[in-house]
Amino acid sequence: MGSLFRSAEMTLCQLFLQSEAAYACVSELGELGLVQFRDLNPDVNVFQRKFVNEVRRCDEMERKLRYLEKEIKKDGIPMLDTGENPEAPQPREMIDLEATFEKLENELREVNQNAEALKRNYLELTELKQILRKTQVFFDEHEGGAANNPTESMTRALISEDSIARQTGPVQLGFVAGVILRERIPAFERMLWRACRGNVFLRQAEIETPLEDPSTGDQVYKSVFIIFFQGDQLKTRVKKICEGFRATLYPCPEAPADRREMAMGVMTRIEDLNTVLGQTQDHRHRVLVAAAKNIKNWFVKVRKIKAIYHTLNLFNLDVTQKCLIAECWVPVLDLENIQLALRRGTERSGSSVPPILNRMDTLEDPPTYNHTNKFTSAFQALYDSYGIASYREMNPTPYTIITFPFLFAIMFGDFGHGAIMALFGAWMVLKEKPLAAKKSDNEIWNIFFGGRYIIMLMGCFSMYTGLIYNDTFAKSLNIFRSSWKISNLTYDYVKTITTSHMLDPATDDYAGDPYVFGLDPAWQLAENKIIFLNSFKMKLSIIIGITHMLFGVAISYFKNMHFNNRLNIICEFIPQVVFLTFLFFYMVILMFIKWFMYFASNKKEDFTVGTRCAPSILITFINMVLNKPTPCEEGCLTSNMYAGQIGIQKFLLFCAFICVPWMLLAKPLLIQRERKKSALHPLNHNQLHSATENGDASEPIHMNNTQAQPPVPAGHDDDEPMSEIYIHQGIHTIEYVLGSISHTASYLRLWALSLAHAQLSEVLWEMVLNKGLTVEGWAGGIAVYIIFSIWACLTISILVLMEGLSAFLHTLRLHWVEFCSKFYSGGGYAFQPFSFEIILELAGQVKEE
Amino acid sequence: MAICGPKLSLCGLIISVWGVIQLALMGIFYWVEAVALAEDLPEIEEYHSLDDFYAQMTNGYQQNAYNCWIAALLYLITLAVSAHQFWLNNRSSLSV
Repeated sequence: MGSLFRSAEMTLCQLFLQSEAAYACVSELGELGLVQFRDLNPDVNVFQRKFVNEVRRCDEMERKLRYLEKEIKKDGIPMLDTGENPEAPQPREMIDLEATFEKLENELREVNQNAEALKRNYLELTELKQILRKTQVFFDEHEGGAANNPTESMTRALISEDSIARQTGPVQLGFVAGVILRERIPAFERMLWRACRGNVFLRQAEIETPLEDPSTGDQVYKSVFIIFFQGDQLKTRVKKICEGFRATLYPCPEAPADRREMAMGVMTRIEDLNTVLGQTQDHRHRVLVAAAKNIKNWFVKVRKIKAIYHTLNLFNLDVTQKCLIAECWVPVLDLENIQLALRRGTERSGSSVPPILNRMDTLEDPPTYNHTNKFTSAFQALYDSYGIASYREMNPTPYTIITFPFLFAIMFGDFGHGAIMALFGAWMVLKEKPLAAKKSDNEIWNIFFGGRYIIMLMGCFSMYTGLIYNDTFAKSLNIFRSSWKISNLTYDYVKTITTSHMLDPATDDYAGDPYVFGLDPAWQLAENKIIFLNSFKMKLSIIIGITHMLFGVAISYFKNMHFNNRLNIICEFIPQVVFLTFLFFYMVILMFIKWFMYFASNKKEDFTVGTRCAPSILITFINMVLNKPTPCEEGCLTSNMYAGQIGIQKFLLFCAFICVPWMLLAKPLLIQRERKKSALHPLNHNQLHSATENGDASEPIHMNNTQAQPPVPAGHDDDEPMSEIYIHQGIHTIEYVLGSISHTASYLRLWALSLAHAQLSEVLWEMVLNKGLTVEGWAGGIAVYIIFSIWACLTISILVLMEGLSAFLHTLRLHWVEFCSKFYSGGGYAFQPFSFEIILELAGQVKEE
Repeated sequence: MAICGPKLSLCGLIISVWGVIQLALMGIFYWVEAVALAEDLPEIEEYHSLDDFYAQMTNGYQQNAYNCWIAALLYLITLAVSAHQFWLNNRSSLSV
C-alpha cells in the first residue's frame, strides 16, 4: 500500500464504448465510483448536447417525485427508507417509470382538486349552519322586541332621516346575514357606521370552532354577522361593503319556519358531504401510502439515470456514430476493477464488442486521490480543507493521527475532562451504525459525528497527559505516594501558615527520588506550583515544537526524493535542517543538559551546580546569537554549562548563518548556470524542470472547491524568468528563517493553553464546588447535591466544550501553519470520481436544506 | 406519567450517573483524609493544640465524607427518577 503516505497513482485513460453498451457501462462505473470523467466538449452549450432530452425527462420525473414527497410529508405518512440501493434501471424502464409517475401525479392532483372543491362546499355549508343557528338568537330578540313595542326600538334611528317612514306605517327592515374573518370585525363595523351614517344595525356572534380554509389549509376564526337596514339604497351600500371586506353573504329566509327547514336541509347535506370527504381522504391516503413505500427507491433510480446521462453528455461521439469516446482519470491500482466493471456492463447490455480502455500519456497534473476509510477520512479532511495535496506529494495524514491528538492533549491535560471527551467519542464510535442511519440534519452534530475518531483519540490522549500533569478536575491523585513529607511540624509553625506552603526541593522535605509517574501531587497545594509548572511546561512545549518542525522538514526530504529533486535537497533541505538543528535543536539540548547537571541543594560544595548558578536557557540562547558573554553570579565561576561552550556556540552560529545565503542563492545560481549550459548544448533539462515545479511551499493554496478546474498542462516552468526564480527563493528563505523563530515561539501556545486550562478548572472548583463542600454540618449533603450539578454543567460547557474547541483550533493551526509550511505545497486538485454514492448523498443534502 | 421531556431526562440521567460515581469516590477520598481535598473543608477557626487541630480536621473530613455520600444517594434517586422518565419517553415515542 504505497498510497498511505502519498496520494494514489493516477493515469489518464481513453475509453471507447459502443453506443448501445455505453449506458450500462457508465452505470457500472458509477456503482464502482473510481473514475473521474473529463468534459470532452466544454465548448458545447448544455442545450446542444446529445442526451439533453433524457436529462430533461429525468428532471421532470424528479419534479413529480418531489411533488409526491411534499404531499406525503403533508399527510405525515412515514416514508419507508430501507437503505437499499437499487441499480440504475435500463433506459427502457424509464418509460415505465415516467408513466407511473405521470399517473400518480395526475391522480393526486385530481384528488386534491376534488378535495378542495368538497372542502369549499363543506365550509360554505358549515358557515350557513352557523348563521342559521346564531341569527336565530337575533331574530328571537327581534320578535320579542316587536311584540312589546312594535315601532319604538326599530325606528328610532330612522326618525331623523325623514318623516316618510312614519307616514308609510310600520317600518319594513331588510337584513343580510353573512360570515367574516374575526379580525376584520372592528374595521368592518366602523366602515358600516360611517358609510351608512349610523343607519344600519349590526349584530355579530363569534363562531367558537375554527374553520379550515380550503385553499391554504389554515385554521381561521370567523364571526357571524347580521345587518339590519332599511331601503334598497342602504342594501346595495351594505352589500358593497360586505364584498369589500370579503365577507360571504348567505341567503337567510325571513320566516322562522323556512329557516328551520333550511337548517334541516343544511344538516343533511353536511352529513352527505362528510361521507364523501371521508372517502376522498381515504383514497388520497391509500394513493400516498402506496407511493411512500417506493418513493425513496424511485428517487434513487431517477437520480442514477440522470447522473448517467449527464456523464454521457461529457463524451465525444465517434465519426461513425457507433461508439462514444470518453477520457477519464483512473487510479492505476484500480484498473483491474474498472475493466471488470466495464465487462459486466457490456454483458448486461448484451453487446458483443468489448469496451476498450487505453492509457494515455499526458503532461497535465493528475488529480489527488487519497484512499481513506472511516477512521482516516476525518484526519484527511483536516488537510483537505487547508489545501488539497499536490499529486503524489507526501500526505501528512498518517502522522497526524498521532500528532494531532497529542498536541491537543498537551493543551487539554486533565484526566477528568479527557475522560468525558473520550467517553463521548467512544459512544459515537460504538453506536456508529445506528447514529449514521439517523441522518440528522443538525450541522453541529454532524461535525461532531464526522470527527468521532478524532474526539475519541483526543480524549484518550488528554487522559494520559492529565495523569502526567496529575490533574483530575484540578485535583491531584496521590497514587504512588508523594515524595514530599512534612518535617518538624509544630503548633507554632502551623499557626504561622496562612495560605499555602512553598515547596523547596533543596530542603529535607523532598525525599530525593521523584514521584513514579507524572507530577508529584504535593505540588497541587504548593504556593510555587505555577512557577514550577511554567518552566516545566514551557520547556516541554519548545522541545515538542522543535521536534515537530524537524519532522516536517524531514518529510520534505522524502518528498524531494520521490520527485527525484536533488537540487532541492542540496539547496533547501540540507541548509534548512542545519539552520534548525544548529540553532534551535541546540537549545533543546541545552535544556536537557540543564536538567541533568543542575539540581537544588543547600550544600556548600554543590553551589556551582545549584539553583543560583543554573544559567537561564533563554538568556544563553539570546547571547549566543548576539555573540555576547553571559554574565554570571560570583562564586559560580562560569556561566557555561560545559567546557568549550563558547567555541562550539560560535561554530554553530556560523554554520547557521552560512545556511541563509545558501538557501537564498544556491538554487537560482545553479539553475542559471544550467540554463546557460543548455543554451549552448540544447539537451534535456528534466532535472531542473521538476526542481521549480514541486519545491515551492509559498505557492498559493487552492481551497477545496467543489468544481476544481483541471490546471493547464504543466511543463512551463523552464520558461519562468530568472528574476522570478530569485524572488521566489528570496521569499521562501525569508519565510523559513523568520518562520523558524516565530514558529518556535508559536509552539509556546502549548504551554499557555495548558496553563489556562489548568487555572480555569481550578478556579471553577474553587468558586463553585468548593462552596458546596465547605458548608458545615448535615446541610452540606444537600448543598453538595445542588452545587455539583451546577459545577457539572459548567465543566461540560466551559471546560470541555469551549476549552476543547479552543485547544482544537490551536492544534489545527500548529499543524497547518507550523508543520505544513515545512513541506506541504498543497497545490493539487481533488479527485472527484463519478460515483452514485456521492451523487445521492449530495442530492439528499440539498433536499434537506 | 412523563414530567420531563426526552432531553431533560437524558440530561438528568447523565449528570446523575456522573454525580453518583464522582461523589461516591470523593466520599471515599474524604474518608481516607486525602490531602488534596484539605482545602475543601469547612474552615477551622480556633484550636488549642496540634492534637486538637488534627481532631477537628478528622471531624471535618468525616462530615464531608458523609455529605458526599448523601449527595451521591440523592443522585441515585435522581438517577432512578430520570431513568424512569427516560424509559417512559422512549416507550411513548415508540408506540406513536
